[in-house]
Amino acid sequence: MNSAVNENQTSGREVMEYDVIVVGAGPAGLACAIRLKQLKQDLAVAVIEKSAEVGSHILSGAVIEPEPLDELLPGWKEQPPPICVAVKSDQFFYLKKDRKVRLPTPPQQKNHGNYIVSLGAMCNWLAGHAENAGVDIFPGFAADGIRYQDDGSVGGVIIGDMGVDRGGNPKDTYMQGIEIHAPMTILAEGCRGHLSKQLIAQYELDKDSDPQTYGIGIKELWKVEPGKSIPGRVQHTLGWPLDPSIYGGSFIYHLENDLVAIGFVCGLDYADPEFSPFEAFQQLKHHPMVKPMLEGGEIISSGARAIVEGGYQSLPRVEMPGALLIGDAAGLLNVPKIKGTHQAMRSGMLAAEHIVQSGSSEGFDRKLRDSAVMAELHKVRNIRPGFQRGLWKGLFTAAIETLTMGKLKRTLANHSDHDQLSRSSEYKTPERQWVDRELPPRDRLASVYFATTEHDEDQPVHLQIIDPDICTTRCSIEFNNPCTRFCPADVYEMVNDIDGPRLQINAANCVHCKTCDIKDPYQIINWVTPEGGSGPNYQNL
Amino acid sequence: MKILVGIKRVIDYNVRIRVKSDGSGVETDGVKMSINPFDEIALEEALRIREAGKADEVIVISAGGDECQQQIRTGLAMGADRGIQIKTEQDLQPLSIARALLYVIEKEDIGLVILGKQAIDNDNSQTGQMLAALWDRPQATFASKLELGDGTARVTREVDAGLETIDVELPAVITVDLRLNEPRFVKLPDIMKAKRKPLDVINLSDLSIGSEHDLVTVGTVPPFARARGVMVEDATQLVAELRQRGLV
Repeated sequence: MNSAVNENQTSGREVMEYDVIVVGAGPAGLACAIRLKQLKQDLAVAVIEKSAEVGSHILSGAVIEPEPLDELLPGWKEQPPPICVAVKSDQFFYLKKDRKVRLPTPPQQKNHGNYIVSLGAMCNWLAGHAENAGVDIFPGFAADGIRYQDDGSVGGVIIGDMGVDRGGNPKDTYMQGIEIHAPMTILAEGCRGHLSKQLIAQYELDKDSDPQTYGIGIKELWKVEPGKSIPGRVQHTLGWPLDPSIYGGSFIYHLENDLVAIGFVCGLDYADPEFSPFEAFQQLKHHPMVKPMLEGGEIISSGARAIVEGGYQSLPRVEMPGALLIGDAAGLLNVPKIKGTHQAMRSGMLAAEHIVQSGSSEGFDRKLRDSAVMAELHKVRNIRPGFQRGLWKGLFTAAIETLTMGKLKRTLANHSDHDQLSRSSEYKTPERQWVDRELPPRDRLASVYFATTEHDEDQPVHLQIIDPDICTTRCSIEFNNPCTRFCPADVYEMVNDIDGPRLQINAANCVHCKTCDIKDPYQIINWVTPEGGSGPNYQNL
Repeated sequence: MKILVGIKRVIDYNVRIRVKSDGSGVETDGVKMSINPFDEIALEEALRIREAGKADEVIVISAGGDECQQQIRTGLAMGADRGIQIKTEQDLQPLSIARALLYVIEKEDIGLVILGKQAIDNDNSQTGQMLAALWDRPQATFASKLELGDGTARVTREVDAGLETIDVELPAVITVDLRLNEPRFVKLPDIMKAKRKPLDVINLSDLSIGSEHDLVTVGTVPPFARARGVMVEDATQLVAELRQRGLV
């Protein structure tokens, strides 16, 4: 280990030095770290992760393609991650309120050879491999800022201070965050990473690409009554409870030991200001195809996370002086497959190979764009944008694009999600045919309980509102405060005080999904990282 | 003076505890484990005493399989000087742990033992008290304030009736309560330094300590779920419902 500790003359912060610092212990970051050590054992590599334990802040369906794992860790199947079930069958349905229609499984949803995993458990397992390879992994430490070198290039990260009170003053437990200096910083924060967001703006990495677009994924892990789950069964649905103008659907993945992973994804480019993704998910659970399976069961864990959907057209430049973007911090998820883990791992491994070969970030962007990762995104680039004009036109476009394997000359453009919200006065919510609910959780607060999210209340609020007056004036009138509906954790509340309405931010509920940062129509919400170790404690999600 | 701090690896306080379906215990597979919160407070107090110049060395000790080395390393990262693992795969009971601690106390010539008041998994609150009796030294339990004098300690205890302040002669056993202090955060560079601090392993089987199992857990059940409530429209309905249940 070459990490040296000394005092930084200019800022007074203690400094640790590494050859490579990876921000985020997700599949991209960990694959990158492991690969680096495989290629050059004496490199000093560290991974920092804001969650208290690797895996606690990440969630996904997830059905993964194992090829990158086969490449990175041959023989992994001898000792697979704790939750790992081979896919046995694929089913694809269109739902109406009380019926289901089985559709032929689209080629992108054929999962033979793939595995259903818990991404959180898999990251924890990957972290073990990384540590054995000699990577230093530091969970519980949040990167708060970028450390810039004198020439303006990225030279590492600044760890957030801990023990700061709500007003920003040091408490008795105050501990100043150190600086980690490294000639190479890998941003692997996942979708809408806060440092990635800063860097993309700083270096104008997105000036030649379409706006990035996103979805929100909400998931629950259920233990159902014995006999109700069929291990290896993979199910996806479209249609109800969504109307054709909202892109989205659900997934139901059957694990072993009576566990079922059930979740709901919808595009964040929806127009209805009254729409609540969380409520849509709960409705889905009450469909006759799903409800009997869940009745009598119990929720083990739940959570939510934004997912990146822009793909090929929205990919920013992924290299900048001293740093690289990998995984979903760049935006590599394949939407029709709803899979991003294999892409993330591939990009991490590619980044590692590039760093060892060239020693600088220059040239990585070209390498990524010439790689299989980009080819995969290119092939499906028109499918998601096709749904901008509704479900049926989207399915038609998807069929054409699938048949022509993405070889048509056109590239449809992506639009920015926050601009798509219609004003309350201009939008009439369609008749949704939603039902009265019985299954737990009763509401978002009850759901947050299962996310076991925890923040010390006495710390600065990590959801910065750049212009809070807008909330009680313009936004109330124009959009009826949609943040109180799109947040899956009930963080935002409009309360009526004696002096009038005000926005109350229940920051302690936050599950770090980033939806508010994305969907807020005025783009005045800036998500920054709370104290390291805070946030959800997802178990096997 | 050397201070010995006992720490226990327990299920993290944030985790939602689930009872195994066969009732044999709680789910620990894949579940996050941490240092017992009261033990962190105990360690913090020991570190402050050393930083005030009143002790030379802080030793953290834990009993269990090799997984508990993770918690010992965290203790070292917080600032302890040395770690000791009493290695055993058995689920030890307080009396056996107290005996193992006594062995180390005598071997290391410990001047003060600080423990958490209870472990959050079994809530026993027995180890400290038993240790004091075996060691034939004073005990001051549920400490919310601790001042060291010359060979003595003045301890304020949180008891049912309020606060009780007692003086005890050292060496002694002190168990700590929530309000004693707020444990420090671990600094990143200290995690690296902790990897190089000594961690000695003592096999429980090498010590002639009876680890009898007088207590056997026969079953574990989750708390009974509350029955669904009934919302009533008005006072008349309320009275009717109460009458129906024979409550008025």
